Order: sequence, then C-alpha cells, then structure tokens
Amino acid sequence: MRTLNRKLLRDLATLKGQAAAIALVIASGVMTLVIAVTTLDALSLTQQRFYEDFHFADVFADLKRAPEGVAGRLHEIPGVNQVETRVKASVRLEVPGFDDPVRGLLLSIPEGREPLLNRLYLREGRLPEPGRADEVVISDAFAEAHGLRAGDRIEAIIRGRLTTLRVSGTVLSPEHVYQIAPTDLLPDYQRYGILWMNRRVLASAYGMEGAFNNVTVSLQAGASEAEVIDHLDRILARYGGIGAHGREDQHSHRFLDEELKQLRAQAVILPTIFLLVSAFLLNVVMSRIIRNQREQVAVLKAFGYGNLDIALHYGMLTGWIVLLGIALGIGFGAWAASGLAGIYTEYFRFPEMGFRLQGWVVLLAFAVAAGAAMLGTLRAVWGAVRLPPAEGMRPEPPARFRRGWLERSVLRNWLDQPARIILRNLSRHPLKSSLSVLGIALSLGLLVMGAYQLNAVDHMLDTQYRKVMRMDLHLTFSDPTPARVHSELRHQPGVLAVETYRSVPVRLLAGHREYRTAILGMDEQPYLRQLLDGRQLPQRLPPEGLLLTDYLARDLGLRVGDEVRVDILEGHRRTVTVPLAGLVDEPLGVGAYMQRPALNRLMREGPAVTGAWLMIDAAQERALFASLWDLPGVASIGMISEAERNIREYMGDTILMFALVFVLLATSIAFAVVYNNARIAFAERSRELATLQVLGYSRGEVSWILVGEILLLTLVALPFGWLIGTGFAWALNQAFSMDMFRVPLVITPGAYGFATAVVLTASVAAAVLVVRRLHRLDKVAVLKAVE
Amino acid sequence: MAADTAKRLDGSRNREVVFETRGLTKTYLMGEVEIHALQGVDLELYGGELVVMLGASGSGKSTLLNIMGGLDTATSGTVRYRDQDLTNASDKALTLFRRDHVGFVFQFYNLIASLTARENVAIVTEISRDPMPPEEALALVGLKERLDHFPAQLSGGEQQRVAIARAIAKQPAVLLCDEPTGALDSKTGIRVLEALEHINETMDTTVAIITHNEVIGEMADRVIRLRDGRVEDIHENEKRRPPGELRW
Repeated sequence: MRTLNRKLLRDLATLKGQAAAIALVIASGVMTLVIAVTTLDALSLTQQRFYEDFHFADVFADLKRAPEGVAGRLHEIPGVNQVETRVKASVRLEVPGFDDPVRGLLLSIPEGREPLLNRLYLREGRLPEPGRADEVVISDAFAEAHGLRAGDRIEAIIRGRLTTLRVSGTVLSPEHVYQIAPTDLLPDYQRYGILWMNRRVLASAYGMEGAFNNVTVSLQAGASEAEVIDHLDRILARYGGIGAHGREDQHSHRFLDEELKQLRAQAVILPTIFLLVSAFLLNVVMSRIIRNQREQVAVLKAFGYGNLDIALHYGMLTGWIVLLGIALGIGFGAWAASGLAGIYTEYFRFPEMGFRLQGWVVLLAFAVAAGAAMLGTLRAVWGAVRLPPAEGMRPEPPARFRRGWLERSVLRNWLDQPARIILRNLSRHPLKSSLSVLGIALSLGLLVMGAYQLNAVDHMLDTQYRKVMRMDLHLTFSDPTPARVHSELRHQPGVLAVETYRSVPVRLLAGHREYRTAILGMDEQPYLRQLLDGRQLPQRLPPEGLLLTDYLARDLGLRVGDEVRVDILEGHRRTVTVPLAGLVDEPLGVGAYMQRPALNRLMREGPAVTGAWLMIDAAQERALFASLWDLPGVASIGMISEAERNIREYMGDTILMFALVFVLLATSIAFAVVYNNARIAFAERSRELATLQVLGYSRGEVSWILVGEILLLTLVALPFGWLIGTGFAWALNQAFSMDMFRVPLVITPGAYGFATAVVLTASVAAAVLVVRRLHRLDKVAVLKAVE
Repeated sequence: MAADTAKRLDGSRNREVVFETRGLTKTYLMGEVEIHALQGVDLELYGGELVVMLGASGSGKSTLLNIMGGLDTATSGTVRYRDQDLTNASDKALTLFRRDHVGFVFQFYNLIASLTARENVAIVTEISRDPMPPEEALALVGLKERLDHFPAQLSGGEQQRVAIARAIAKQPAVLLCDEPTGALDSKTGIRVLEALEHINETMDTTVAIITHNEVIGEMADRVIRLRDGRVEDIHENEKRRPPGELRW
C-alpha cells in the first residue's frame, strides 16, 4: 500500500488550500468544545475540592438575635451534622487613600482559630490572635484591590465609632468565592470587602454577647435539606429568623452555579453548531473531490483494489484533514482555556484553579470531531466505493439541460450567453447548488449569531442603565426607617432627586416551585428606578397586587391574574396571597415590585423605607459622601456608574471575548466555505472555460462565468443566512437566559450588515483567487486531457 | 456457422478455453437514453492467443471487454473464466479475479497523475501475488530511462506504454486492451502494438485488443467482428503479421 499512501500525500499537497480551510473549520468546533469543557471541568472540580476541603456549609440562616443556648437545640434537629453560630454585621470601611464609600461585611470566627464550617484558606499572614480586639483577616480580593498586606491598617465605623483595625492576614472562603455585595450583580473589590474577626470583640461591639445572629449548618449524608430548613425556621422564628436557605440561595454559590450552567450551555451549543457546519462542509467538499477522482477510483478497482482499500484511502484523506483540525483545535483550545483561567481567577476566588488539559477532554474532542467528520464523509466515500469500475471509466453522461423559468421569463432578452451558462450550470445540479447555498448560509448564520452577541450585550446594558437604573447612588439603611427620611436626603448637598423604597425578603411560592427574592415597595410611578413593560415603556404600579420580572413569572409558572403565595421572611413572619398584577421586562436580575403603601400594609407597619435612590450633581459628590456617612442608619452607598462600569468590564472579559473569538472563527468558516465552493466550481468547469477561451471569449468574459456563479450563489444564500442566524441567536438566547441576566433577542441591522459584509468580502476574495488561477490555466493541456 | 468455427478452431489449435460467453446481453442508461450494448454474444477466447475485436463505435466491443474483465456485469447470459463463473460473482470475487488474473490497457491510459511511472506500476504490483519488479515491466516496454517521470512529463505513447507496463507487471493470464492506440499517431501506435505482441509471445499471455482499425486485425491469431452488440464474424488469420509491417 506504500504507493497508495504516496498518492494520498500528493493529493493532500494538491488540495492544501481546501484541506487547510476544512481543517480550520474543524479546529474551530474543537476549540470551542475544548475551551468550554476544560473550563467547566476545572471550575467545577476546583469548586468541589474547595467546598469539601474547607467545609462549605449546607444551610444558612440570618436572624435578629438568639442566645447561644439555642445552638444546642439546632444540633438536635435530625439530619444536622455540625452547627456554627456567628455574629455578622455590615460595616462602613475607610481605606487610606481611597475616597469612594466602601462597604464591608464583618464575620466572627472562634477566638483565634478556624471555624468548623466555612473554614478560611490563609493566603498570607495568620488568623487574629485570641483575645486581640483590633486584628482582622480580610478577603484577598479586597486586599489585592487596595494593595493591603498583613500589618497594614484600615478604619471601620463599627456602630458609629471609628475603629482602627490591623490586618493580620488575607484569606479565601468557600462562602465568598464570588465576592459580591448583597445588592450587586458583580464584584467590586475596591468598594466591598469581607472581614473576619474574633467573636468576642465583634459580639461586644454589636451587643451580641452570648448570642448570635447568623448560623450555618452542615448536613449528614442523606439528610433532607428541606426538612432541616423547616426545623430551623420553626426554632429561629421567635428570634427574628428571616428564613434559612440552602446552597442554591447562597449568594456566592448561586453565581458560581449560574456560571457553570452557562458554560454547560456553551459546551453543548457552540461546538454542536460548529461541528455540524464542518460535517456539512466536509460532506460537500469530499463528495466533490472524490467525484473528480472517479476515473482514478475506477482504475484502481480495475486493477484489483477492493472496496475496503478504496474506502480506506479516501477515509484517510479525510482523516488527515480531520486530524490536523483536531490537533489545531486542541492546541488553540488549551491555549485559550488557560487564558480564560486568568479571567476566572479574577472573578472566582479559589485557592488555586487547576486549568489543565485532561486526557478525557482530548478524547472527547477527538471522538466528537471524528464523529462529525464521519457523518460528513461517509456518504462521499460510499459513493466512491459503490461506483462500478466500468461506469467510472465511462465519461459522465451529458448533463440534462433545460431552459429554466428565469430564461423563459421577461429576463429572456437580457441574458447573454455567459449568463445563460451560469444559470444552467446552477439549475442543472439543483441539489449541489442548494448545498452550496446552504453552506454559505450556515456560515453567514454563524456570523449573525456572533455579531448578535456583540451587539445584544450592549443593547442589554443600555436598557438597564439608561432606562431602568436611572439613579446615581443607591443607599441602604441598616433598619426600616420612617419615610420622612426622604426630605432629609433631599436636602443633602448636591442631591437633585430622591426616591425611597421598602425592601422585604420573601419567598415566592407557586405550586412546587419557590424563589427567594425581595419585594421592592416603590412610588406609584418611579422615575429613578423604572419598571418597563413589554414595549420597553415605563409602567405605573397598581395600588394593589404584585409585579414580577417576566422571566421569574415564567419560571414559577405564573400568569397575570394568578394568586401568588408570598412567604414574608421578616418581622411577623406569615404567608399571604397577592394577585400577580403585571409583568416587568428587565434584562438584569429578577425581582418583585409593589406600591410601597401596599407593601407597608402587608407588613402591618407604618410608612417605613429601607433604602433610597438618589440623582446627584456629580460636582458635589465628595461633599455628599461625607455628609451621607454622618447620617445614622446608612448601611451602604452604592455607585451605579461603578456598577455599570464593572458589569461592562465583566461582559467585555467573558461574553464579548468569547463572541469575538466566535466571530473570528465564523469569519474563517465563511471564507473556507466560499473558497471551497469556488475552487470546486473551477475544477469542474475548467475544461468548459478553456474551450470558451479557445473559441475567442476574452479572459474577462470567461472569468465572469465563474465569478458570476460565485456571486449569484452568495446572493441567494444571504436571506437564508439571515434566517439561520436569527435561529442560532434564538437558540443561544434560550440557552443563556438566567437569573443574573438575559440578553434580549435583539438583532440589530448592524449585526446583519456586518455578517453580510464579511460573507461578501469572502466571496470577492475567493473569486479573485480562482480568477487568478483561471488566468494561469494551460488551455491546451486542459483540452487535451480526458475528463 | 458459430459451431463450425468453434469446431475448426478446436481441431486446429486444441487450446484451453480461457473465456466463454453465452447469450450475453447488456442494457444501460446513458443520460435519458437506453442503450442495448450487447444483444446475445457467444464466443470463446483461448489461452495464449492474440485476438483483435473489430467494430465500429457503438458495436459493443468495450462493453464486452469490461464484462469479461469483471469491470461490469451482464444484464443476462453467462460469462466464464476458465472454471470460474463470473456471471453472478460477488463484488469481492470480481475484485480478486481482476487482481489475480487480468491486466487492463485503456484508450486514455488512465494513469494516476500524482504518481510517477514507477509508482503507477508499483501501485499494482504491491497488491499482486507474483509480480515482476516495476522497473522490469517498464524495461519491457522500453521505458527504463523514464522511471521517475510523472505522467505530465511523458508523451502520449510513453504514457500508454506505462499503462501497458502497469498491466503486465503482475504477469496476468489475460491482457485486455481497449483501443490502446486510439489516442496515438500511427508510428507511436505501432510501438505500443509491438510491446503487446512481445508480451503475448514471451509470456504466453492471452491478449485481447479492441479497435476500430481494420489493419490491426492482421497481427492477430483471430479477428472477431462485432456489430450492433452481436458477433458478426470470426476470422482466423493463416499467419500473424508483425506490427512493424502494419501501416495506417
């Protein structure tokens, strides 16, 4: 078989352009697969290991205040393994050299030692010494953002008293892998920090001696989480418990989980689309390459080569191309995945993130790509094998031509001979022409999908920050505060407008489904925090009843008019029923909304508020911050512009980065498809074109037959490509819709335009390349050769 | 008449029957046209003879050759090679038959453009049971100086001789040649015919040559004329003329 192998190598060398193009497409599919799977694997493995090694708790509960003795009762709940009571408090921090407001979360640890649950990974320094009142360990991200090291000092306003704290170490916690402030969507390490200090000091500062206001619990194997939560809630209710929850409602875990979900969707959707396109491309290209070699196949068979030999020969031709694609895909995929590691370690704080290319990932990539290639090539190889040798040797029967409808139409008199040749060539092989069109349309579809991602994220953030979140600052109060705080805020320096709100933690129940969130009680027609309807217009809140984010309502299976059961998790805990009065369309986060007076009535309280939105004069920002910090009861100050900047950065780092890679890959695919089509058309047509030149047609006229065909196919493919791209975008949109954000299905004319421009450019480039080849064609040699 | 001829040949040469066809028909579709290429062919080929099959274009001679060579199957009738029935042989059996017994020479050479002369021969010797070295086969057709040339670097006659070398290298019992000189000028054509005669004489290979050129019939032991898919006439030459004496 040595000589047959030599033929294989020389065939590959002849086909190098086309082979490289196909390999690139396969590489794209494999690359997306390797990136998604490697990242998914590394992230979930790291998560699992960190959770196990550092005893991440299973159930979490906040309460007002319970004596330490209650812990013993919690221990007796069936299914509970370990119980860790804590003191937890929000603080305001001041970091030397940083002027913006900084929020902090203070958590207690047992005197000078690791807690039982949610143990700390010490990155630098040591834990606070037992009995030391001024020592804290701080989250490493916060330390990093401010360049804080062990031994440095920060100031905290604990219960109104400025206290100087000494950093004894920096740590990581399984509870705060994703370090995010309660009202935020994205980490802001400069403006939010987590601090741990000895329990006794913290307890005495907050009047919690011999008591706790937070408890975490681990479960025995096989215990029912729901039952333990029920038990906890019953016991803690009288101590101001606001409802225990499992890991799925734990902030950090939830975001991590969403990220994993998104990666899982990516791991399935994108490689599938890419590999299907490459399978399709392989099919088209290989069947044409083999058809062009039908005479060689016949000769080989005439001399006694068996079907298996032939199948193997062409199988190997594909095999080498696929192998090259797989190797490139795995190489670039691993490279890109390790690049992504840097981004992930920025957002998810793990002790170490083991990004490595696992053997099984390589095998998976291999199997999936080889499977797609087989799918794409089997038919072509089978066609070569099946051809009886005598038939292969016979010239192909003259193609059947007939005049198409176009030629019989009014266009009849406008068509010159070359135009007729183009039209007849295309209509003579309707299947082949349709496949070419489909190939171009698919690559165009991929481009539309890529461009959609790039545009839609911008569109989403514009909606969120121009239409929904119109405030500059977001204040929260440590306790419900009388509504008259409104006028006090209004008179602060530089404040242009104020709207206050009441936020109440609740559990929404619908059938078996439930969702923990907060109801925001707002003005009837909020201006600074708008609620959009389905047409993206601001809507009023009805006097009674609840509005829900449409995504959440769908998730809970609720329709407007349904009664929603609401478990109130604060104050006098009870379950009430509220009608669902309408839906809110918002791209980021999910929520529940009511008019504030209605919510106050539900809470059986006076006009109380828990937060405020402010529009301010940026010039007076510093004065305002100073003055706000002096107001008692202000727990946090959030800067919306910072939040927007953060989220745009995050999207830029992750989704847009991915989309950019995606667009690059789709561009290469578009070129591969168009170029392959053109090359094959050239190979099939060269004799005919040479004949025309010999008959006296100019190079330009003859080139036009080829170029016209390429352009016509491309033009026909455009509308299909737009359609396919819309479908792809829809699929992606479905897969990527989640609590944290939902990229709207808005495909801008710009996205279609960009994708179309890329495909047209690819067509023109391909046309130029084949025309150059045509000009180099040795007319006499072609005419002499036998078809 | 056919029976008479067979008897006479049996009497005169008393040689082994290599091929035997009975009532062979072949119908196929070419585009939209149904072609009755063979309409009942009965004939025998004998071991070691050189047969020329004459006929105009469309007489069915190529189809007949393809069926005897196991490249195609008949619509009806039987074809035997020695004691092997090829009529209903499986694809696999036909492949083995071609590999072990038959060498083909085609009008348009059908060389593989990406392989050199030597490699074009080697591609066949590598799968044969008892081949001669490719170099020897090429020497037999006078091409030992052109071993490493690609088809594009050879003249038409040289290409056809490579094709002959390819066909004889595995030392087949039968050499089937479809218009081997059809694409060549007469001088080159004669050199090709000399190569074929040389093989027939030195290796005792049964050679069947298809042509529409009457003159070539003079170099044969027997001339079989085909017309409209039937055997029109079988004629035995008293004496074979060397190809070098042929002119057309």
